[in-house]
Amino acid sequence: MIEVKELTKRFGSTVAVDNISFEVNKGEILGFLGPNGAGKTTTMRILTCFFPPDSGKVNIEDLDLFENSLEIRKRVGYLPESSPLYQDMMVIDYLDFVGRIRKIPSNNLKKKIDDMIQICGLEGVVYKDIGKLSKGYRQRVGLAQTLIHDPDILILDEPTQGLDPNQIIEIRELIKEIGKEKTVILSSHILPEVSATCGRIVIINKGKIVGSGTPEEMISKAEGADIIFARVRGPKDLVESKLKEIKGLDKIQDISPQPDGTNLFKIKAQPKIDISEDIFFVVAQNGWSLSELTKEKATLEDVFKQLTTGSEANE
Amino acid sequence: MSNIISITKKEFRSYFNSPIAYIFIITFLVITSWLFFRPFFVVDQASMRPFFSLLPWVFLFFIPSITMRLWAEEKKLGTIELLMTWPITDLEAVLGKFFASFTFLAITIFLTFPIPITVSLLGNADIGPIIGGYVGTFFLGAAYLSIGLFISSLTENQIIAFILSTILIFLLFIIGEEFVLVTIPTRLAPIFSFLGLGYHFDNICRGVLDSRDLFYYLSVIIFFLFLNIRSLESRKWK
Repeated sequence: MIEVKELTKRFGSTVAVDNISFEVNKGEILGFLGPNGAGKTTTMRILTCFFPPDSGKVNIEDLDLFENSLEIRKRVGYLPESSPLYQDMMVIDYLDFVGRIRKIPSNNLKKKIDDMIQICGLEGVVYKDIGKLSKGYRQRVGLAQTLIHDPDILILDEPTQGLDPNQIIEIRELIKEIGKEKTVILSSHILPEVSATCGRIVIINKGKIVGSGTPEEMISKAEGADIIFARVRGPKDLVESKLKEIKGLDKIQDISPQPDGTNLFKIKAQPKIDISEDIFFVVAQNGWSLSELTKEKATLEDVFKQLTTGSEANE
Repeated sequence: MSNIISITKKEFRSYFNSPIAYIFIITFLVITSWLFFRPFFVVDQASMRPFFSLLPWVFLFFIPSITMRLWAEEKKLGTIELLMTWPITDLEAVLGKFFASFTFLAITIFLTFPIPITVSLLGNADIGPIIGGYVGTFFLGAAYLSIGLFISSLTENQIIAFILSTILIFLLFIIGEEFVLVTIPTRLAPIFSFLGLGYHFDNICRGVLDSRDLFYYLSVIIFFLFLNIRSLESRKWK
């Protein structure tokens, strides 16, 4: 398990990580979400003992970051962003090297390497130079490096970056499967990624935690309302003013005339009120025609936008 | 200990993963042999002294090219992030790289063996100074390596690492040379000549194995390896 308390890290005058605290329990996958430069990588680098924090306390498996750095590093598997690897080594040699660094007993090492090759789908590239591999394969080699010593703690910085959609699904499933018995933190700036894999999400922006909870909680926090798109054929201003009279309507926005002469409106209702039927009746009563009525659920994307841009506005 | 061996092995193999290592070794052997044998038959003396006095100058370019990539490439590729988060101490990482470069150098020096054989076949060579010369070469080379390795840890650009290492080694070499010593106050001259990399090499090459000279080279090596460790830690001071 990982406990982080009031962690702060500065680089010169910029505060990269600003007093953040969170916990990750065994068997839990925590998603670290935030725009680029939010402090995700910095936090992960602190947790993996790449550099120490300026202040704050980190306990990993009840070991203190400052006192037991080496012991922690033994138990952590870390996949840095964009998976840096030695370009001039063959995949098999690289895994052998990492295995030895990870102190896997040599009678077990060959089996471990074979397992990794199989789990990460590296069968076809075992004897290739890493520098000649595609980005997807390099990411997999990086993942094999992370998992080879069967670590209790996994810290993955954008693990699906550079993979194609099929690979993304594969890796996601793999992380989910592995995550059942381990403590996992993964970072991403892609929301569906996190909501598909993680049991809990921490949203971070400008070094601060701006929200946290399960993906479901986060979605229900988002504005609490659906957005409706209505495409109406009729006089624009009149339609707009009539629609505005609907009870429970919060905001209406005209999205420029469509090429077919209709008007597309983006309508937001007040929380927990469904006004789609009202829209239909208003349009029908006035003798206009309604060619589209779509509801859009609030997604994590919205939560994310709201939280990350919201905190900017507060400053 | 096993970590040092793993890193040494890995770094040593990566020298030979590209043809550059072979080109290096061949160039080194051709140049040193050429420079040595050209005046050899004219002077007509079965001595390797001229060979050993060449080496500090050939090493000036040869050794920074061995060490330049050791840290600079790790930084460029970002692999240093993994290396430093694996359960390895900074000391182990530094020593592993140092031993790898030393092994490479040792092989290159070993491959100059046809020269002493030729010399002793052609005349009545004195074996003492030849052995002394080789011992000195290893110590001098190792000192150069530790300097080059340290400089490599300061930058992610291999060319910069190469040039800076050459400059630093050159400076440390010439401060003990005659033409520098005459320009400084006479009281300081012994200190400068003691600090110069070349002074002790000359002593050893004369066939006099003095513990002070070996101690000097060991101190230089340890000093720069220590600086190397500090420069890795410097990421922690930011």
